[in-house]
Amino acid sequence: MEEEQEHQLSYRFLALILGGLVVLTAVTVGVSYVDWGFLNVPISLFVASCKATLVLLFFMHIKYEGLAIKVSFISTVIFLAIMISFTFWDVAFR
Amino acid sequence: MEKAIDKTGVRIGMWIFLYSEIILFGGLFVLYAVYFHNFPEDFATGGKELNRIIGTINTLVLLISSFTVAASITAVQRQKTGQAIALILFSLGCGLLFLVNKYFEWGAKFAHGLYPNSDRLYEEGPGFNIFFGLYYTITGLHGLHVIIGMILLSISLVLVIRGRVTAQRFAMLENSGLYWHLVDLIWIYVFPLFYLVL
Amino acid sequence: MSTVTEHRDSQHFPAEHASFFATTSPPGQKGIWAWLLTHDHKRLALMYLWAVFFWLTLALLLGLALRVELMAIGETIMPADVYNAVFTLHGVIMIFLFVIPAIPAIFGNFMLPIQIGADDVFFPRLNLLSWYLYMLGGAVAIVSLFTGDGFADTGWTFYVPFSVTTETNVSLTVSAAFILGMSSLLTGLNFVTTVHRMRVKDMGWLQIPLFTWSLYATAWVQILATPVVSITLVLVVLERFLNIGLFDPDRGGDPLLYQHLFWMYSHPAVYIMILPGMGVISEIIPVFSRKAIFGYKGIVVSSLAIAIAGSLVWAHHMYTSGMSDVSVFVFSLLTFLVAIPSAIKVFSWVSTMYKGSILMTPPLLLALVFIYLFTVGGLTGLVIGAAGTNIHVHDTHFIVAHFHFTMFGGTGFAFFAALHFWWPKMFGLMYNFKRAYLGAILATVGFIFHYVPMFILGMQGMPRRYFDYLPQFETGNFLAGFGGILLVAGILLMFVNLWLSFVSRERAEGDPWGGTTLEWAVPSPPPVHNFIDVPRILDYPYDFSEVLRRAAEREKGN
Repeated sequence: MEEEQEHQLSYRFLALILGGLVVLTAVTVGVSYVDWGFLNVPISLFVASCKATLVLLFFMHIKYEGLAIKVSFISTVIFLAIMISFTFWDVAFR
Repeated sequence: MEKAIDKTGVRIGMWIFLYSEIILFGGLFVLYAVYFHNFPEDFATGGKELNRIIGTINTLVLLISSFTVAASITAVQRQKTGQAIALILFSLGCGLLFLVNKYFEWGAKFAHGLYPNSDRLYEEGPGFNIFFGLYYTITGLHGLHVIIGMILLSISLVLVIRGRVTAQRFAMLENSGLYWHLVDLIWIYVFPLFYLVL
Repeated sequence: MSTVTEHRDSQHFPAEHASFFATTSPPGQKGIWAWLLTHDHKRLALMYLWAVFFWLTLALLLGLALRVELMAIGETIMPADVYNAVFTLHGVIMIFLFVIPAIPAIFGNFMLPIQIGADDVFFPRLNLLSWYLYMLGGAVAIVSLFTGDGFADTGWTFYVPFSVTTETNVSLTVSAAFILGMSSLLTGLNFVTTVHRMRVKDMGWLQIPLFTWSLYATAWVQILATPVVSITLVLVVLERFLNIGLFDPDRGGDPLLYQHLFWMYSHPAVYIMILPGMGVISEIIPVFSRKAIFGYKGIVVSSLAIAIAGSLVWAHHMYTSGMSDVSVFVFSLLTFLVAIPSAIKVFSWVSTMYKGSILMTPPLLLALVFIYLFTVGGLTGLVIGAAGTNIHVHDTHFIVAHFHFTMFGGTGFAFFAALHFWWPKMFGLMYNFKRAYLGAILATVGFIFHYVPMFILGMQGMPRRYFDYLPQFETGNFLAGFGGILLVAGILLMFVNLWLSFVSRERAEGDPWGGTTLEWAVPSPPPVHNFIDVPRILDYPYDFSEVLRRAAEREKGN
């Protein structure tokens, strides 16, 4: 309640973010035509995560949110990572 | 709640809801990760069956709609109701375009005998079947979320037109926007995982 | 309910103090609509209370029927297929309609806003929606009983491939669980937002009462774990209708992944079930020991630690399923970690009572029973958590006894303790102590006679969920059935006793026990707007010096 600021992002700034997202999409599509071996998936996931970060930070205003939302969002991502990685204790060693 | 509306609190509530949506899809991504680990080659052949061009177009459509939704909030903050209405309408159009593309894409796959429990999938082997099983489950659930997002945006649109969403009070539009961005966010991962796997 | 509204004596209080029973919240809502459309957290809590009473009694009687069936070899009161449906129904109702929602939805809804000095939860309308989802989920479960080819016979775990291939009405049962999950998730969402945004200004994070803390930790688990089971249940329905083959080994699927996904929710869910119960005990013990709780911070941290560690151990339900040995090793190791924060709590409660000035009351008795039963349940959990011993007792009655000790001896008795602790607050009425003690003792003795034989049966090798058994298991099963009857009788006596308080109408004061948390600072039952003035927050939430001073003054006065 303390800081009832409303962050207003200009059209120009939002368009800039959109530009970045489009460029990253082009990168990920372009990169997919080259076979990078086992790096294929890490590369495309890395680009996807960059895009996701842009959307989260600016379109979804997470950059301007309080600590509660930032921390809980990161916890959610960690929980998701645990769900996937701990399953591999089983799957990868079977 | 006689006090002024606590906007931060409303946003916390909305974000928590979004977490649950992320984890909902997370369950499916667990399946994807394991099955991709089990059948990397089949996933690559499966990915080649999908139309990259339509996939890319749909990605761009969703990104642009995300931008217009974010811009509509700026418009409301600047009290430019006309611009806000136009931007939301445009976003809704993008959502519709996405669904139409999806419809034709799914239709083409069905025509090629690629649908859940089809004979072709059974003959092509286990990995191939799983790839398309996941493809239909994840994109289907995602499509459902696009529809829900469009409904939320439409409600916000009506509220903007009626002057119920104003520069002081736009939680409904903001939350619909957050939901729409989430739909975009999930697509950002779905797109490379299905269309671009080698 | 109606008896209460008629008999309220509002002349004792000025108008704004009139209880929430007496005042309809929004104007223009009369009669039943003042309840069905209410946004008041206290009314919603009571509406949950009656619904939970109904489901609990039903599931108790179903459970009793199962044990009566097992008292003798062969078919006695029901055929085998009915037996399968009954244990599924017993499990589904107990888990999704009683253990998960009971404490958060009833006592959480009622007490959480008051404990933090708020007027209501943050999203009152969402709270009403949660209640309707709860009722809808229950209704769908009932409908699934009588439609299609009968109630699901899969057990509450809905394991594939059986749940995908069985003829019974699994889809509808699973939908009921899905809806109930939504309800629980929205309650969690509401609680987290409320705790973050609606505390009175003076209340810092380490001045929040422990019950609210435990609900806060629970709420996060509800939010992050429930969607996993939602998607898993959706997949079961999809498999049944579209036959995609995601879990069919013949078509590339891996049935073990179903179990992974299921337990990714359902293991954290056991902490959704037990944490609020622990919160209740953390409130009751200091009040009746007249002593600050031992290790407030330790209990707070252990609540959060249980919530986090509890999310890392799901595959310990799958040791014998054929998953990798590495996984068995890792998950067994992690399982032992959960025991630490649970033990911290037990030691804190016991240390709180040490050199306290103990006042014996029915809620305290039930809390002590909780500590004993939960400790047995927790320690036998280590037997199962260790991979080696687990293989011997897996899927036997030992498991049944273990989780009933934690879920029923733990959460169930915490629920009874909470009922007796907060009943005077919710209704402004005091119940008869003698009958309450009698009911509690009967239930405890019955409980022990009911479940201890099952531990032995399990060690001897009697599997769970079996309709029939070999002659060497007869004595144990007979004893268990006998204990079950005592147990149900004791619980029904407690319920009847509470109900009789509406007849005897012995008024309870605002603070009948001498508590320090904010719910004891408002009248019983509380007014519509919980606080007329901004409440005063103690520096330390369990500071009993004032309670003791008041007691000493009263003594002098006599």
